[in-house]
Amino acid sequence: MSLKSEEVIAIAHLARLGIEDAAIDDYARDLSRILDLVAEMNTVDTEGVAPMAHPLDAAQRLRPDAITETNQRDKFQSIAPDVEAGLYRVPKVIE
Amino acid sequence: MQTLTQIRDGLAAGDFSSVEITRDLLDRIAATDGALNAYITVTEAQALQQAEAADRDRAAGNAGPLNGLPLAIKDIFCTDGVRTSCASRMLDNFIAPYDATVIARLRDAGSVMLGKTNMDEFAMGSSNESSHYGPARNPWDRDRVPGGSSGGSAVAVAAGMAPAALGTDTGGSIRQPAAFCGITGLKPTYGRVSRYGMIAYASSLDQGGPMARSAEDCALLLQGIAGFDERDSTSIDREVPDYGARLDDGIDGLRIGLPKQYFAAGLDDGVARVIDAAIDEYRRLGAEVIEVDLPNSGIAIPAYYVVAMAECSSNLSRFDGVRFGHRCDDPKDLEDLYKRSRAEGFGDEVKRRILIGTYALSAGYYDAYYLKAQKLRRLISNDFQSAFERVDLIAGPTTPTPAFPLGDNRDDPVAMYLQDIYTISVNLAGLPAISLPAGFSDGLPVGLQLIGNYFDEARLLNAAHRFQQATDWHLRQPEVTA
Amino acid sequence: MNWETVIGLEIHAQLATRSKIFSGASTAFGAEPNTQACAVDLGLPGVLPVLNEEAVNMAIKFALAIDAEIGRESVFARKNYFYPDLPKGYQISQFELPIVGRGQVSISLGEGDSRVIGVTRAHLEEDAGKSLHDQFADMTGIDLNRAGTPLLEIVSEPDMRSAKEAVAYARKIHALVQYLGICDGNMQEGSFRCDANVSVRPAGQQELGTRTELKNINSFRFLERAINHEVRRQIEILEDGGRIVQETRLYDAERDETRSMRSKEEANDYRYFPDPDLLPVRIDDARIERIRATLPELPEQKRQRYISELGLSEYNAELLSASREIAAYFEAALAEAEALSVPLANWILGEVTGALNKADLGFDACPVPPARLAGLLRRIDDDTISGKIAKEVFEAMWNGEGDADAIIEARGLRQISDSGELEAMIDAAIAEHPAQVEQFRAGKEKVLGFFVGQIMKQTRGKANPGQVNALLREKLKG
Repeated sequence: MSLKSEEVIAIAHLARLGIEDAAIDDYARDLSRILDLVAEMNTVDTEGVAPMAHPLDAAQRLRPDAITETNQRDKFQSIAPDVEAGLYRVPKVIE
Repeated sequence: MQTLTQIRDGLAAGDFSSVEITRDLLDRIAATDGALNAYITVTEAQALQQAEAADRDRAAGNAGPLNGLPLAIKDIFCTDGVRTSCASRMLDNFIAPYDATVIARLRDAGSVMLGKTNMDEFAMGSSNESSHYGPARNPWDRDRVPGGSSGGSAVAVAAGMAPAALGTDTGGSIRQPAAFCGITGLKPTYGRVSRYGMIAYASSLDQGGPMARSAEDCALLLQGIAGFDERDSTSIDREVPDYGARLDDGIDGLRIGLPKQYFAAGLDDGVARVIDAAIDEYRRLGAEVIEVDLPNSGIAIPAYYVVAMAECSSNLSRFDGVRFGHRCDDPKDLEDLYKRSRAEGFGDEVKRRILIGTYALSAGYYDAYYLKAQKLRRLISNDFQSAFERVDLIAGPTTPTPAFPLGDNRDDPVAMYLQDIYTISVNLAGLPAISLPAGFSDGLPVGLQLIGNYFDEARLLNAAHRFQQATDWHLRQPEVTA
Repeated sequence: MNWETVIGLEIHAQLATRSKIFSGASTAFGAEPNTQACAVDLGLPGVLPVLNEEAVNMAIKFALAIDAEIGRESVFARKNYFYPDLPKGYQISQFELPIVGRGQVSISLGEGDSRVIGVTRAHLEEDAGKSLHDQFADMTGIDLNRAGTPLLEIVSEPDMRSAKEAVAYARKIHALVQYLGICDGNMQEGSFRCDANVSVRPAGQQELGTRTELKNINSFRFLERAINHEVRRQIEILEDGGRIVQETRLYDAERDETRSMRSKEEANDYRYFPDPDLLPVRIDDARIERIRATLPELPEQKRQRYISELGLSEYNAELLSASREIAAYFEAALAEAEALSVPLANWILGEVTGALNKADLGFDACPVPPARLAGLLRRIDDDTISGKIAKEVFEAMWNGEGDADAIIEARGLRQISDSGELEAMIDAAIAEHPAQVEQFRAGKEKVLGFFVGQIMKQTRGKANPGQVNALLREKLKG
């Protein structure tokens, strides 16, 4: 299994990861090797096997509908890179 | 160097104060950590304050169960007001605004946090080499890796810079560094310890646990962190037993299974000899040793990496430079903000895993990768359940080799992944397992892994403790000089 | 060529829980930015979601109301995409196993015409935050107060064939969620949002045409306009030999047009997978039965009761059951005047609705409380005032002058039914207008109206019209 550089670029875009042009081939090679390892999964037949999303067969617990949180905006925004007027700021999004 | 249990008893007897022992440890960290790099952040002032408070509480007759006990914390647990970096440039500036549930429990129990320990970036690695802060070094041989991802915690304990530490284990990240550094480390049953505030790598596999000098110490620390948490939907509401109560029980008649797959090609001869000797020790202690079959072990590595990478690709999307963490300078638009912040903030291994995980979940590949891996996970889990019909515990090596030299696998991700061959099935199945020092090969520690059935931590600790009563491998310490 | 329009709607109803779907932060609308965004809502490293029980119960209520299958084991999945108002980089939603399965609602199109519209599914998910583009010159501001508010996304089958049907369906769902008390229905605040999938095809063709998705529609009026506009646009393109591009289009109410959302044009690959932080939601019979017992009377049941028990016309019954507010108003008034269902219905759908529309108010904000309306109608019924005077009294009540009795008293509007007083007035009028008396006696019935007018003028409308008529006829005969 080998990934083409266009595929690496497309995946990196989906993941919003900037990768330098010079590194694309290295990524393609490393990722292809990992996919070769992963391809070993196909040596086992899983016909009719139920997928296991969680180790324990438990059901979701439900929380009572109560307000338990208080306003901590100042604390939370003290670690934010760009805040003004209580808003997180990002470069203008054009719709 | 005292064990956690000895410190607890010494504090209770009034032989020394928490401030004294904390100061000793801080001094030792200052003297030796420059060479070992076990800590990313040492919280000296806070540690001394906590120690003073613990001493006051004890004097007032309000000593909690972990009163005054100094601990090292893997830098993956959010600690209110203290940098929580996950050993990533992405979070180099991240002062966590809240405490993880286990941190709050440890604090309420009276313990003292010495600092935050080094690790592989976002817990992705088996050597500690992916840390943004440089690798921690193995105190038995500083040119070798301490293992990962909880390498800093293992080094801190092995080198006497903390009597015990918290680690996390997604594919072996407690057990493998414990084995490489000659300490004892327990990965609890999935759901036994709250994940709230533990920065997620792979949510369905991650589990926090104790790393210490002995099984007895692990029992003490596990007692402080185990239990249901209403903030974690995957934590299990089930009574926590007294892990200390059964430590000394005899293990006569204990049925130990040896998976033939764990003793096949790839296992280092020196490691094999140590493990064989350890098994013989168990026979002498009265255990019955039986061969078991885990036929799907061979595909555990690919299944594990697909699940882990898929989950991590999604878990790490929140690191986008908007609300916390690293943000690139002068983003020219939103896409630039995302792409550059993430490219600058994440290291190579994290990027590789995000990319593979993104690929595995993308349209047209989900069934072939993620779904397939989840099905294999079921088969692997079924293998264990069949084995546990015949045995109480499963034993084998924790790692195929002792600690390898720094740099050996750094450029070969696949070779690095193969280091996890004996540990990852346990995470896929969600079982508890412990690694304990079982001897040495060429002067390097070798770990014995014991795997238990769900919620059987007490039995694991009992079996490990009996072994440690009969041997002294766990008491061996590396020569540590500044 | 004849074109057939095919419409399916995706409705997002914010559930009226106190706290968010996965955290204990408040869902109240209108707070200062980011003051109701807790660690979980912000997607801080290490946080985990725990599901709100009430959101689950509300989804079950909806399922029961549309006679839908209930997913006994439903699963939350992550929908992965990057957007600044989506803090975790994924939205927790449901994908393969939603909590509400196939159901249906019946819509009425007037004149006894009705249709059944299929509901494909409804699933629980978390809302995103808000992006504010006008706050800063070259930056977008992000407010995450709304992030994590529970949504029920209700997906219809492509069963609607006109904008009118789509609006009728949307109104029906809107009424239903309010009846059930699971959504406040406030479209201005975004509590109830509609996206429309619109396509056209040559009449008679089985295969569906390429669809576009219309977003940003915040009223029923705009829904109808946006669809009609989009249908025209698509037909024009097709008739010019062009092709429809599958895309998302924003409705711009000011310009009354839809336009392509270029920023979302790139093919999305949401990489859905089960959220490993949440376990499957299991719903047992006991929970369903417990919820069934709390269901209120639903619009369809009300409509039938209004016809069979209260004797209302089909048309009035339909209108009075169409929304929870109007039905509640009607029933509250009826409780004060049990025998007057028909006049109450007429007044509510006539005078009251007219006044509310003029003032742009809803029934829940009506200045005339239902009990006062009932009081007014009782006075018509017992002949204290005429229907005409009642309108004056209603206006006074609307302006806050008190209840009907107080207004009648204060303004002296009590009807004159004293035959002695009326007879004297009539005699005087007959004596004053001999010519008109002659005309009447010669068979000119219309002249009766002239005399009635004279009496009403003198009494300022307060004479009992029936009595005046009867007395006049008697006297004019001579």
